[in-house]
Amino acid sequence: MPLTGIEIFKLLPKTNCKECGVPTCLAFAMALAAGKASLSQCPHVSQEAQAKLAEASAPPILPLTIGIGKRALKIGGETVMFRHEKRFENPPGLAMLISDTLEDSQVNARLERFKQLEYERVGLTLRPELIALKGESGDAARFAAAVGKVVQGSDANIILMSENAEVLAAGVKACADRKPLLCAATAENMGQVAELAKQNSCPVVARAPGLEKLSELTTRLGQAGVKDIVLDSGARTVRQAFEDQVIIRRSALVKKFRPLGFPTIVFPCEMTSDELKEAVIASAFVAKYAGIIVLSDFQGHSVFPLLVERMNIYTDPQRPLATSEGIYQIGIPDENSPVLLTTNFALTYFLISGYIEAGKVSSYLLVKDTEGLSVMTAWAAGKFVADAIAPFVKKCGIADKVKHRKLIIPGYAAAESGGLEEELPGWQILVGPREGAHIPAYLKTWKP
Amino acid sequence: MALDIPKVAYSGKIREVKLGSGARAVTVGGETAYPFHLFEGAMPNLPVIAMEVYDAPPAEWPEAALEPFAGVTDDPVAWAKKCIDDYGAEMICLQLISTDPNGLNRSAEEAAAVAKKVADAIDVPLIVWGTANHDKDTEVLRRVCEVCQGKSLIIGPVEEGDHKKIGAAAIGYRHTVTASTPIDINLAKQLNILLGNLGVPDELLVMDPTVSGIGYGIEYAYSVMERIRMAALTQQDEKLQLPLICNLGKEVWKCKEVKIPEADAPALGDARKRGILLEAMSATCLLMTGADVLIMRHPEAIRLVRETIAELAGKTK
Repeated sequence: MPLTGIEIFKLLPKTNCKECGVPTCLAFAMALAAGKASLSQCPHVSQEAQAKLAEASAPPILPLTIGIGKRALKIGGETVMFRHEKRFENPPGLAMLISDTLEDSQVNARLERFKQLEYERVGLTLRPELIALKGESGDAARFAAAVGKVVQGSDANIILMSENAEVLAAGVKACADRKPLLCAATAENMGQVAELAKQNSCPVVARAPGLEKLSELTTRLGQAGVKDIVLDSGARTVRQAFEDQVIIRRSALVKKFRPLGFPTIVFPCEMTSDELKEAVIASAFVAKYAGIIVLSDFQGHSVFPLLVERMNIYTDPQRPLATSEGIYQIGIPDENSPVLLTTNFALTYFLISGYIEAGKVSSYLLVKDTEGLSVMTAWAAGKFVADAIAPFVKKCGIADKVKHRKLIIPGYAAAESGGLEEELPGWQILVGPREGAHIPAYLKTWKP
Repeated sequence: MALDIPKVAYSGKIREVKLGSGARAVTVGGETAYPFHLFEGAMPNLPVIAMEVYDAPPAEWPEAALEPFAGVTDDPVAWAKKCIDDYGAEMICLQLISTDPNGLNRSAEEAAAVAKKVADAIDVPLIVWGTANHDKDTEVLRRVCEVCQGKSLIIGPVEEGDHKKIGAAAIGYRHTVTASTPIDINLAKQLNILLGNLGVPDELLVMDPTVSGIGYGIEYAYSVMERIRMAALTQQDEKLQLPLICNLGKEVWKCKEVKIPEADAPALGDARKRGILLEAMSATCLLMTGADVLIMRHPEAIRLVRETIAELAGKTK
């Protein structure tokens, strides 16, 4: 369990030297407990205290990185069972399986598809981040050649899948500088795979049947000097895999059980042969605790919903998703097109833009920054009122895009229409519908 | 290495509610643990799926959603029968979309007659859902309650603004009430209390937390439902110990991502499969948080979710 401020205080020098930048050791201890300071700010702390504090402050689920550079995948580091308690930290990586028995043309087609699966949403780029290369042939040279192809044809992070240490070694050699995830160390090959991981500073999947054997294996790996571990409990039914995810997360967070304090990997690709069902199973593990999800293939119709679901579940519940302020064109608007106004809460934006599209009247949608609040909340909070909206309408440049001077405001902001007409001389303020669903009908009556 | 599985100390239980009547009545609820946490509690009744039937031909559905119901979309009775006979529906949800004052604005009398016809034609439980317009729903759903006396319908949405009149009619004619609140645990609790005070018996009450699909705010419903289950199961909040109904299908199939043809956005893949997966995955998210009844649309999405429920429960062949 994390130490309290008082417990930390007992380990500090208690000299109130102020060198840490805080007036007293007690205040510094409180700041440490709140996660607002780092122990390294204290120049006089003893080694013993350092060790104790490091132990107590180590994250219950180890964060680790697969791959290198800007697109490296960070997983683990989770601190809660339920997203409303704080937030989920690192979204699970999605991996596309490629077997070393595939023809070159099939491999190239998959690599090409992998690249295309990128989506823009609320100013973020959503994309999958892993390729899991499976050594199905059992042949080291063939595996290495397949790895080489992936390294050449893709900047994806790589999982090397084989329980044969020689095959794995050949694979690592072909992509060591990409810091692949080795999958997997088992009770049988543990010595060799641990060595391979250490030499190349690669994270390792620990695979054992059931959580007890898995705990033993991670303990042994730890003793062998392997720190970055990903857990595979061997479960290949949805039932068992789900249960294992819950128990692993809970053991790590509630019991601080170190042998299971690592992110996990799950294999929907080995739970069904039905393409759609595999994607649905994956969606359960996005919500419930997977660190990496391996799929037999990627298709836009399965990857897109998974990526959006992942973004939704991993959104910070304290900070609503927001889109950026500005003028959004819907359809192909011209100088006579309607101008509508809304707030920058991502959901509001999605719904309103969807309804305008459904109305099939090309329009300009002005999105005002309300710090991610919806229309009613923003209005109540004073962030969507005449003297906040008017300056935005003036500076956004909409006046240069349309000949008319009519601004449609949300029905729920009707109270601002008078104020806006005062603040925006020359503009006529029209009060739109209260419900987004009525926008299509409303737009049909539009006349510039 | 002996593993000491940390278990949650549950102190509450979700109430069991029987929906419908007769041989094909469905019992929902009864959970004593978080969803599918079968290693530490029971889930005596697995979640069920109600298939949607519209009381007027749908205008805005994408082709993928219409195709399975070709030939029956102008006949709610035939549509409901097709759901049961061809797609194995265990429940039906009649969406009274035609009564929307901003749409066809059909009268309470007409709507109630359709509800009666459907109720007479089927033997599975029937949910009858209004348009969330308080004045109109009051008129329509009260009449439905009356005309369908003895049919043990599930009536919704019953909101704070119309709960007294609709609630009273439901009590009078013995239908189940769906207490519907806008994604808020406190409002949900309050409405359950109000309906209790009104005299709705516990065994005739279920709740609708208001849900949406992936990409359209599912995370809000997700967390509110998790919090509701937490309060119900670990904090003995009796007023939240109710089965949860999620009216999901219509939310998923109205979003623009199910309508974009593959030709316009190749990276989005096959439009039909995309729609099916958006619905099935959204449903799966809600299952993870405590959904007891899912109102869904596409037969293929329903098949996937049914199988996923069985797999999560370890009940596969």
